Amino acid sequence: MSEALAKKRKIQKYLGNVEVKIEHCKGCGFCVEFCPTGALELSKSFNKKGYHPPMLVDQNYCNGCDLCGLYCPDFAIFGFRVGPNPNFKKDEKAK
Amino acid sequence: MSEQTNHTEGEPRVNPVLPYLREDRMPHIWCPGCGIGTTVNCFARALTESELDLDKVSIVSGIGCTGRVAGYMNLDAFHTTHGRPVAFATGLKLANPDLKVVVYSGDGDLMAIGGNHFIHACRRNIDMTIVCVNNFLYGMTGGQASSTTPDPATTTTAPYGAFEHTFNLPFLADSCGAVYVARWTTYHVRQITKAMKEALAKKGLSFIEIISPCPTLYQRRNKLGDGLQAMEYYRDNSVVKSGADTREVEIKYQGEIICGKFVDRERATWLDCYNTRNAAAIGARYRPYPWRENGEGGVK
Ligand SMILES: Cc1ncc(C[n+]2csc(CCOP(=O)(O)OP(=O)(O)O)c2C)c(N)n1
Ligand code: SF4
Ligand code: SF4
Ligand code: SF4
Ligand SMILES: [Mg+2]
Repeated sequence: MSEALAKKRKIQKYLGNVEVKIEHCKGCGFCVEFCPTGALELSKSFNKKGYHPPMLVDQNYCNGCDLCGLYCPDFAIFGFRVGPNPNFKKDEKAK
Repeated sequence: MSEQTNHTEGEPRVNPVLPYLREDRMPHIWCPGCGIGTTVNCFARALTESELDLDKVSIVSGIGCTGRVAGYMNLDAFHTTHGRPVAFATGLKLANPDLKVVVYSGDGDLMAIGGNHFIHACRRNIDMTIVCVNNFLYGMTGGQASSTTPDPATTTTAPYGAFEHTFNLPFLADSCGAVYVARWTTYHVRQITKAMKEALAKKGLSFIEIISPCPTLYQRRNKLGDGLQAMEYYRDNSVVKSGADTREVEIKYQGEIICGKFVDRERATWLDCYNTRNAAAIGARYRPYPWRENGEGGVK
């Protein structure tokens, strides 16, 4: 699974971010698996109920599309756009 | 916000689904990896995109895990008795035809105990939207077989495997007269959102079936993994066939799931037929229902 996720990762033209309501997460992994750019992973740490909430691997991969928010059955995560990504280089597109 | 989040910089942001939820009731009771919450996200976005006056939207559920949706939504909501949301919603719509009425419930509630109400609402073409979250069994009560449990899935009441013929829900809705019929799985979040938006805009009975994981009962008992594995299964085994003949979209155990919009047609609603008949019988004295405070409608 993680290999497939790594393949999706590239630096995004627009930078996004996610907000996670850590205690509402039930660790189902929908957000991680279905983020189109593989920007998330489940963290090693636990919340109070014993689930592993998601976190961004690297903000450069997140474009703020909020697909994670559309999938999350626990309303525990959502994504939003921050602005143009200064780390984005034109030739990244070719990849 | 007292809830712990990872929020760091900038102004506080709000999850777009939050305004549609009764936040004081969160976290909800649904199990990890249950698909019902995902459908609620789609419904919230469909409401936003439809730009409806939320004071005129009502949601009605029956009993079941899916039946909890009405109680969690920040809309005028009614949580009816088991099997009766369509009957209640019919009354609600006819008493106040200006309302946009949405029934949101499970396969057991709508199609087993409530099946009679469903077929008649379709036949009458009552102007409402019915969303059926189909997880192939009775989730809330411990996983009994329902009218959609496919042979040979095991359930608590079918320990050797279900054997009954199942309902093919899009075909049922289509043949009874629904004017909009679609099926998607919880993997298809964008398509569900679009279907809900179309259904809300459709005059007459619109029906959406959403195949959804019940990891606690259906997936676990049948050794099908967790909610995520069910979602991956939907992703890999769904075939989109919009306009497919509904007779051919039956779901077999772990078979392919045919998705899409199957029916989108025009047919007079119950209320249109009522007014047409009365106008024909009574003549000019008849003013069509609904009768307004400004004197429109009714018999002079
Ligand atoms: C008259 C009546 N009979 C039986 C029940 C028990 N009961 C509660 S929910 C339910 C089935 C719910 O199944 P479904 O509609 O598929 O919802 P799910 O939990 O799967 O979402 C049953 C049989 C009841 N509450 N009332
Ligand atoms: S907002 Fe989009 S890109 Fe960012 S984590 Fe969520 S799904 Fe991935
Ligand atoms: S989809 Fe929601 S509940 Fe599932 S792991 Fe992600 S944040 Fe947690
Ligand atoms: S029992 Fe099944 S349908 Fe009910 S909340 Fe749990 S996973 Fe969802
Ligand atoms: Mg059910």
